[in-house]
Amino acid sequence: MSEIIIKVENLSKQYRLGEIGTGSLSHDLNRWWYKMRGKEDPYLKIGEVNDRTKKGESDYVWALKDVNFEIKKGEVWGVIGKNGAGKSTLLKLLSRVTSPSTGKINIKGKMASLLEVGTGFHGELTGRENVFLNGAILGMRRREIASKMDEIIAFSGVEKYIDTPVKRYSSGMYVRLAFSVAAHLDTDILILDEVLAVGDASFQQKCLGKMNDAATNQGKTVLFVSHNLLQVQGICKKGMLLEHGELKMMGDINKVVSEYTITGKNNSEIDVTKIPRLGPKVDYFNITRVKIINATDPGDQLFREEDEMMLEISFISREEIKDCVIAFSVSDVHGNALMDCRSTQDHPAINVSRDIEYTITAKFDLPLRAGNYQLNLGAACFYGIMEYVPSVANIEILPKIDENDNTLYKPTVGILLFYPKWELINQ
Amino acid sequence: MQQEESWSYTIHSHSGFSFASLTEAWHYRDLLWMFVKRDIVTNYKQTILGPLWFFIQPILTTAMFMLIFNRVAKLPTDQVPPVLFYLSGITAWNYFSECLVKTSTTFKDNAYIFGKVYFPRLILPLSLILSNLLKFAIQFGLFIAVLLFYIFCRGFQIHLQPYILLTPVLVFLMAGIALGSGMIITSLTTKYRDLSFLVQFSVQLLMYATPVIYPLSTVINSRYKILILANPLTPIVETFRVAFLGKGIFSWSALGYSFLVMTILLLAGFYIFNKTERSFTDTV
Repeated sequence: MSEIIIKVENLSKQYRLGEIGTGSLSHDLNRWWYKMRGKEDPYLKIGEVNDRTKKGESDYVWALKDVNFEIKKGEVWGVIGKNGAGKSTLLKLLSRVTSPSTGKINIKGKMASLLEVGTGFHGELTGRENVFLNGAILGMRRREIASKMDEIIAFSGVEKYIDTPVKRYSSGMYVRLAFSVAAHLDTDILILDEVLAVGDASFQQKCLGKMNDAATNQGKTVLFVSHNLLQVQGICKKGMLLEHGELKMMGDINKVVSEYTITGKNNSEIDVTKIPRLGPKVDYFNITRVKIINATDPGDQLFREEDEMMLEISFISREEIKDCVIAFSVSDVHGNALMDCRSTQDHPAINVSRDIEYTITAKFDLPLRAGNYQLNLGAACFYGIMEYVPSVANIEILPKIDENDNTLYKPTVGILLFYPKWELINQ
Repeated sequence: MQQEESWSYTIHSHSGFSFASLTEAWHYRDLLWMFVKRDIVTNYKQTILGPLWFFIQPILTTAMFMLIFNRVAKLPTDQVPPVLFYLSGITAWNYFSECLVKTSTTFKDNAYIFGKVYFPRLILPLSLILSNLLKFAIQFGLFIAVLLFYIFCRGFQIHLQPYILLTPVLVFLMAGIALGSGMIITSLTTKYRDLSFLVQFSVQLLMYATPVIYPLSTVINSRYKILILANPLTPIVETFRVAFLGKGIFSWSALGYSFLVMTILLLAGFYIFNKTERSFTDTV
């Protein structure tokens, strides 16, 4: 019943770094010369794995390299990966905005891609005119748009302004109208690039609902790229993980997400030396390892709300340091810091001797509700910051297992775990 | 393997000319009209004179040409009242040059939208050709009005020529030549923009190589004859004058030559444009 609707074979995309000028002209001429003699493009043989943090040797880089996958009808896929992993390149190739360097993509059915909402909106045209224009750009026929016009306007919630030029719109209204057009596209395959991160909370909720509906009830195939892992897990059943332009893993979304965030598992030791530092750093000091431990249930692979956690942070210095402080902070997936903890809150500053690896532990109850969080580490001495290591690990907190399934009896929003004492007065 | 047959389409790394892109463009014909409408509507929004600007431009140009080429340089106008002579040339020439200049920046102007969504890129230059047609129609109307004024009020003698029926063919030829060369230019200038500096300048030069400000009969014996006859626009502008003013040199073979050049330009244009649209978002 479920036929293959997208088939990607050996897909690669190479980009040239640097500016276009006389240098690229000589490459172009060389390439042309090879082609005239019936040889392969010489520059396709070179190129490096795309790791943006390291300065490469070659002018060419593979944004995607030998990616193969198949997607069946009605599946909802989430594409995850770090910045520069090739997610957007993959979507661009699928949506035909650019063409691959090698390989091919086979597609069955009608496809629409939303790399952005409101592409082609023209400020001088009214909302209604823009709905027609934008719909047509996305591949809808005029008749189709006209028949859905009322629905689109109602969904957007900007009825009052529909005959006003969109340049007079607030940015929220603009985005609402633009998304409404996209949400009413009648296609077999829908490609979305984090476009849901628009509008206010209620509108986002509405959009997510619409997406879910498209996937589950209308049998549409959806490819969704996002950094918001919770959102991805909420919508998608399957996932693929890209790393440095290569397809690292694909399959069940929860497995893929935990692979992506594997560093955050209980008792797993993370080699901190390999993680890029941010900001000022002294070369003699290094945080070497960190272990995240579930102190409540050492046998559990995962973390749940209310579990007591323990961090074991190891560090070493080639020089003696006086009054050293170790710090960690926890931020949400968007990078907003939620809490900042210093060893000096509870423990005197450490005097570090040369070439000895120290380990310090911190035990705490994480006052956070279920979700994905990031652990950041840092160290400082009396004179200043010695190093800062952001995103050392992703910590996924799962909801507490609870016999009571009634969600009305449990908190459902917010990020803090909070337990007020309740008392009924007139007993 | 039998599934290979049933794919709706396949995205390859290699490119080439295919008629599939033309049939695909047909599926997007509604978008074509939306773009045409957008161009027309947005052109004169928030202007007081609005579409009147379409008249002002040819009138001012005619006045300027009369002053410089007729009064100062004393170039002949084939016994035709100078106003009619210049206006006819400008009306035809404007359509061609507007189409060429606008289509020659298709990729550059729309880089943003092209980078975000796919539709047959051909739609955009086509929409420019069509929306300029309206402007041409308005300016053509102005020309006819002035022509009628000269016939009835100034006693300008004209023998109605059957060549008037060729007008749509002339417009088609101009559109085709502009579209073909515009597509070639925009494709060639995506990666190396050097050529785009030449476009404005070349269009001006080309006008002087076309009998817009002088009748063909005055240069037929000069040594630039080859240059002017080789210009595929020469027969078009000249036929336009023959049709409406009854003066000029008409030849079927010259018109056939224009048609041949147009066909070659269009085919080359489609080919190069097709090749470029696949990868230009990486280079623009």
